[in-house]
Amino acid sequence: MSDFVSSFWSYLIIAISVGGIVGLFFLLRSNNIAGSAEPTGHVWDEDLVELNNPLPRWWLMMFDATLVFAVVYFAVYPALGDFKGYFGWTQVGQYEDEVKEMEASTAPLYAKYMATDIAVLAKDDDAIKTGGRIFQSYCAVCHGSDAGGAKGFPNLRDGDWLYGGTPADIETTILHGRQGAMPPWRAAVGEEGAENLAAYILSMGGRKHSDGSAAAGKATFDAMCAGCHGMNGEGNTFLGAPNLSDNIWLYGGSKRAIMASILDGRNGNMPAHADFLGKEKVHVVSAYVYSLSQK
Amino acid sequence: MATDTYELKVVRQFAIMTVVWGIVGMLVGVLIAAQLAWPVLNFDIPWLTFGRLRPLHTNAVIFAFGGSALFATSYYVVQRTCHTRLFAPGLAAFTFWGWQLIIVLAAVTLPLGVTSGKEYAELEWPIDILITVVWVSYAIVFFGTLATRKVKHIYVANWFFGGFILTVAVLHLVNSAAMPINLIKSYSAYAGVQDAMIQWWYGHNAVGFFLTAGFLGIMYYFVPKQAGRPVYSYRLSVVHFWALVFTYIWAGPHHLHYTALPDWTQSLGMVFSLVLLAPSWGGMINGIMTLSGAWEKLRTDPVLRFLIVSVSFYGMSTFEGPMMAIKTVNALSHYTDWTVGHVHSGALGWVAMISIGAMYFLIPKLFNRELHSLKLVEVHFWLSTIGVVLYITSMWIAGIMQGLMWRAVNDDGTLTYSFVESVAAMHPYYVIRALGGAIFLTGMLIMAWNIWKTVAGSKPAEMAIPAPAAAH
Repeated sequence: MSDFVSSFWSYLIIAISVGGIVGLFFLLRSNNIAGSAEPTGHVWDEDLVELNNPLPRWWLMMFDATLVFAVVYFAVYPALGDFKGYFGWTQVGQYEDEVKEMEASTAPLYAKYMATDIAVLAKDDDAIKTGGRIFQSYCAVCHGSDAGGAKGFPNLRDGDWLYGGTPADIETTILHGRQGAMPPWRAAVGEEGAENLAAYILSMGGRKHSDGSAAAGKATFDAMCAGCHGMNGEGNTFLGAPNLSDNIWLYGGSKRAIMASILDGRNGNMPAHADFLGKEKVHVVSAYVYSLSQK
Repeated sequence: MATDTYELKVVRQFAIMTVVWGIVGMLVGVLIAAQLAWPVLNFDIPWLTFGRLRPLHTNAVIFAFGGSALFATSYYVVQRTCHTRLFAPGLAAFTFWGWQLIIVLAAVTLPLGVTSGKEYAELEWPIDILITVVWVSYAIVFFGTLATRKVKHIYVANWFFGGFILTVAVLHLVNSAAMPINLIKSYSAYAGVQDAMIQWWYGHNAVGFFLTAGFLGIMYYFVPKQAGRPVYSYRLSVVHFWALVFTYIWAGPHHLHYTALPDWTQSLGMVFSLVLLAPSWGGMINGIMTLSGAWEKLRTDPVLRFLIVSVSFYGMSTFEGPMMAIKTVNALSHYTDWTVGHVHSGALGWVAMISIGAMYFLIPKLFNRELHSLKLVEVHFWLSTIGVVLYITSMWIAGIMQGLMWRAVNDDGTLTYSFVESVAAMHPYYVIRALGGAIFLTGMLIMAWNIWKTVAGSKPAEMAIPAPAAAH
């Protein structure tokens, strides 16, 4: 469908909009004549007849009032094609004004928070309340309203951090986002290799496993996995490579889930919030998230 | 005296199916209302989840229940007010079986997740084509009957039925235009905001013509017949008919306030929605004032009470609609349960109650019997009224509460309530809504029993076509 860029369309819209209101006005005037409570003389289906009472006066006035409203509205708001209306109102303008007003009224508060260290803010009740509400609006949908996380979305209360848990680390994560990429290893290790690796990984956390396949898995692990996850599976916060020995699992810790992560890989995506929330709000919500693991 | 008789088989079929589909559609409605209050009722079965059943509910109540009522009444009314037999009865029989097939196909495809994703037009393109064929047949039967009428003047009910049939044909054809990629999937012919505008031009006029003009046709025959009174004003019916059909067409953009739709389009939608108040109330006035001089009948006649209370609900929801179309009000009400409540004050209060009243009038005549129990109609009336009132008041509270909770802002610029807090706050009202729906459904079950007792063992009625009155 083409877009309607010719000015012809604007004139057409003006013509049919104004014509519509004028047409309704004449429909009312031409029928506002003395009627009667006598039947019209037409009879259908043996006993269906019609009286011809005049249009009720209050109804006619109500109709006229809406037509007057229409004319006034057309003059002051954008309605008639390209004509902008006397007030020059736009919905985008209204939105921008409201945002500007709210930002102006909250700017001093956020300037004060911005100048305060996250570690200090994390002990400020008001700041934590504000941060908590930002969290509920923007973060809870993935991380949960109790910040307890879900499959694929990290728990933020457990003191275990993929990318580090210092105030600066947390703020960086929220500002710029993170891309977690565990490559798929199906082609390299196959099902059996993945099973052996899973057994070895289970052994790191001291969980039930088969010693034979864990020993086989260790050789593969040292060659292929230790580069990111560390020789003892302790993880690497520079890469966001999870600690595999602490029994905290982002995608499930069953043997089957571990094998699925190895064979098909995983992709995590924490979006960047710097542009979206602004650095002041990120600062405050960082303090809230930091406070969760300090209890 | 003419010896010819009216064609009533197709009327009987549609009339009975009105009751059947009413129960089915409302049963699904009660289930999905309960799912919102108790999500466990989704049973983790994809075919029974809210997202699949909600379009099934809307299609069933609008097109199966409402559609059957419209077919039954329009086929009956057009014959009787034209003093002639239905044109092309074979084609009329086809519209019955075709329409039932469409309903069954909807009931199969929608739970399977086959959908075009357009609200109230979810059915995929092969079913859309079938709808077109049936609808064109309907138009041929209706307008053919009108063309072969034995009276000079066309009765007002037929203007509304005719306007409804023509406009729905245009709405369906334009909005459902799509490019199929296989048997069960197609993509809309329109893109972006233009698609949204076409969709709501369709959606709002599905309300305006299918659920309003068609049912005003029902009102203009069954109210004066049941009341035994003349229509209040011919002149008012002329003015409000033309004003209504003209103005409704403009009102769709009010579904898209504060969206990517251009400002001027939103404004026109809002202004004409407000203008629509008077034409709508013209219908209400003509319906209710038809009773003047016979008000006492409301005390003794529960069928008439169904008809008149439905017209009152029509007046109420056509006041509420224009108010909700005002941008400032819409900024609060949009996306909340207030909209759902508004729709149901029209759907249950107006559409369902006038259909129920018309069926209580029509079905005994079609089977040449007296209604089995007027007492049960009385019970049905009160269950319906209580059900509607519970439904719409709970949704008013829920909707306004949602709107206020979503916009509440603290001094620090953060939202006072998280979304899930607003969901939690809805729970008691969702329970009351489900209860209101269940009460309304109970009334329908009583109706089914009453109708069953009325028609069981009866012989189909034969009605001779009377000669037109001498005035013609």
